[in-house]
Amino acid sequence: MILNWFKKKDQPENLPDFWKKYARLFQQEIPENIQDITYIVFDTETTGFDFENDRILCIGAVTVEKQAIEINRNFEIYLEQEIFNPETVKIHGIIKSEKTEKLSEIEALKKFLKYIGNSVLVAHHANFDIKMINKALERHDLPKLKNKYLDTALLYKRTRILTNLIDREKVYTLDEIAEAYNIDLSDRHTALGDAYITAIIFIKILARISKSKKMNSKNLFRYRL
Amino acid sequence: MSNTIAVRIADFLGNFPPFSLLEAGQLLGISEKVKVLYFEQGKMVFSKGEAGHDYFYIVHKGAVDLQKTDKEDLPETIDKCDEGDVFGLRPLFAKENYQINAITAEESILYAIPLTDFKPFAITNSEVGNFLMESFASNTRNPYSNEHRGKLFSEEQDVILKKEALFDLQPVQISKKMLMVTPGTSIQEAASQMSKRKVGSVIVVENKIPVGIVTDVDFREKVVTGKVKTSTEIGKIMKSPVICYSKDLTLAQAQLTMMKHNINHICITKDGTPNTKVKGIVSEHDIIFSQGNNPSVLMKAIKRARSTAKLNRIRGKIMFLLEGYIKSNIPLTHISKIMFELNDATIKRVIDRCIQKMDSPPPVNFAWMSLGSQGRKEQLLQTDQDNALVFEDVPEEKLEETRSYFLKLATKVTKRLNIIGYEFCPAEMMARNPKYCLSESEWKQQFTSWITTSGNDEILLCQIFFDFDISYGDIKLTNAISDHIFDTLKGNRHFIKGLAVQALRNPSPLGFFRQFLVEQDGEKKDLFDIKKRGIMPLTDAARLLILDHRVKNISNTADRFEKLAQLEPNNKEIYQACAYSSKALIKFRTRQGLLHKDSGRFIDLESLGKEDKIKLKRCFKSIKDIQELIKVRYETSFYL
Repeated sequence: MILNWFKKKDQPENLPDFWKKYARLFQQEIPENIQDITYIVFDTETTGFDFENDRILCIGAVTVEKQAIEINRNFEIYLEQEIFNPETVKIHGIIKSEKTEKLSEIEALKKFLKYIGNSVLVAHHANFDIKMINKALERHDLPKLKNKYLDTALLYKRTRILTNLIDREKVYTLDEIAEAYNIDLSDRHTALGDAYITAIIFIKILARISKSKKMNSKNLFRYRL
Repeated sequence: MSNTIAVRIADFLGNFPPFSLLEAGQLLGISEKVKVLYFEQGKMVFSKGEAGHDYFYIVHKGAVDLQKTDKEDLPETIDKCDEGDVFGLRPLFAKENYQINAITAEESILYAIPLTDFKPFAITNSEVGNFLMESFASNTRNPYSNEHRGKLFSEEQDVILKKEALFDLQPVQISKKMLMVTPGTSIQEAASQMSKRKVGSVIVVENKIPVGIVTDVDFREKVVTGKVKTSTEIGKIMKSPVICYSKDLTLAQAQLTMMKHNINHICITKDGTPNTKVKGIVSEHDIIFSQGNNPSVLMKAIKRARSTAKLNRIRGKIMFLLEGYIKSNIPLTHISKIMFELNDATIKRVIDRCIQKMDSPPPVNFAWMSLGSQGRKEQLLQTDQDNALVFEDVPEEKLEETRSYFLKLATKVTKRLNIIGYEFCPAEMMARNPKYCLSESEWKQQFTSWITTSGNDEILLCQIFFDFDISYGDIKLTNAISDHIFDTLKGNRHFIKGLAVQALRNPSPLGFFRQFLVEQDGEKKDLFDIKKRGIMPLTDAARLLILDHRVKNISNTADRFEKLAQLEPNNKEIYQACAYSSKALIKFRTRQGLLHKDSGRFIDLESLGKEDKIKLKRCFKSIKDIQELIKVRYETSFYL
């Protein structure tokens, strides 16, 4: 009985079609070879850091396949939000009455789910972006994202050599890693710009870690925590 | 869907032909279709015989070598593409397989431009088409690249020159920038024209037929000495007849001719005789310069370099020089000295440029220290950068302000060193780290604490920092630190023993059955780590023994062993064998690194011939001997 109860919670009947379509994609397994996986590297700009009260303003994402980014597959959407926080405008530069085309939150989520499919998601400090999106899904009575995800901040840490001479507990910012890899920082703090920088970092890290013969998708996700 | 990244890519592409020939809208359209690719160093973008890709490529960051393979399938680099150069154009013109290899010479980001989207422009826009044809015909070298832009057709017409090739039999580079005057021109007039045009010679012509030549030398010998007045006609001092050749003159021939006739200019005429029109001139200076593999030319170029990109290009030439030296089996002592000087000059130039970029000059004197292999003058291939900075003592209240100035400077320097190919030190052992950007007294304290609390980390740090060499700045500062180290070491047997234990941590690389010890696991499984098992044990041993003898200012491993051989005549043979081995191993590593375009550190033993294996084994014998000596002398068995 209790098993049934769990099952029910997993698949409420009244889910919309676009969600069902998205969920069905996960019947497929992720490729074993980490080079064959499709990764979506994304970033969100938000009104702040509070999961309950703050909202997503913009999502930018790029697709990484076989160590390559295809520019015509980039994704960038702006969301219509009632919440406005003048403090964060300084960071992301998105003002309330901006003329860019804006989608309602549910439309944006629909588009985003369609774009990401069953790919592996990648973000810098991924927990934040994932949770922001999950909160948005929750507001529309939808379940959480089903995708596996990776965090470039943690992955980067694993590529560093193990020595007592560097601080193992250090949390690396996007800027620090970009500096270490000599990546230009123009377009920083736009969702797509940050996603692109994160993607370049990610393919560099991927090249470094995929040298190990033991590295397959199973091991890759162990890197998450 | 808006695409802000495409805009950024369009901005980049717009700086380089053929893309600079497109209209903004067209450019953005192409940029939206671009694929961004990442390659590590030494990866094939495409190889000879491979079917053409659906893309051609432009280098966004990094560098790509184009290689031809000879009959024995040995690759030879014929061209190097760096930022903004296009390559892989073959599929645009013919449905043939690639004829050359394209391999990344550095870690690179490439933009792949889809042919289907680009082809229409190549056909409809004749400028674009011509550019691509030119690039393709001239073996994909970008004929409009910054250095060549605008010059190609006016000056170096009909001269095909593979800049990077070492061969003496390639055609010589001919300058069209010659100055011609008639015999009746006054010496003064000719001289003023020469200085205006900045040339070292003038050809005297009658109806464009060369009748004589006057060079700087003639002015020095005939005019300035007062033998001839400046108002005299130039015809009176010209050398005649003129040595003439046709334009297919080779480098070797040009050099021999100049030596034979004791001249430094050759006139190029239409048919190679003095009876036809002058086409150009070849000077000795141009020949040396066009070879580009001359250390003094490279040195000059480094000192004049005005951008990091330029320095990076010079690095490419330095590597080419190194390859030539290793191939022609020049003794390693000479090679490392030359490479050290060039590396050193590069670092100095980078620091100089960075100081200029700061808002104010350095507040106090400082010294930039190179550590590790560059400090030991053993660096041939580019490796990680290890460096540190020391600045003069300042009053307490000024300390942090001063440090932040130097940290800012160091951040600039390390960034530029990274761009020209020195990877960042993975352990952050760099001058931009506040831990290694210290005042003189802070450094002294640091060394004292390392030496007196000698845990493993401290000994490791000491080993890195003991081999320092000043690269820039005030030598008094580094000398003061050296003196302090020796004072502190005096009577500290405990620390010396700790160093001895460390020197033995990598046992001689031959196993019980005289087998090579290879790596047991990880990505380098079954490969032989020549750095850890061959070079490091010798480096560590030399450092230990030389510190114990309190010898200052010798940081090169081979030199240290040579010095030890003098100091301890009874162990002379061991030390000399070690000096030899350390040079042999470094050369071995360099050869491997050049072959595989990597650091040369990990060697696949299967790929080695018998002769090489025997040579390596001979080197390991001396590692075993020196380790025995250390074990006995420092009674390390108690510690192990």
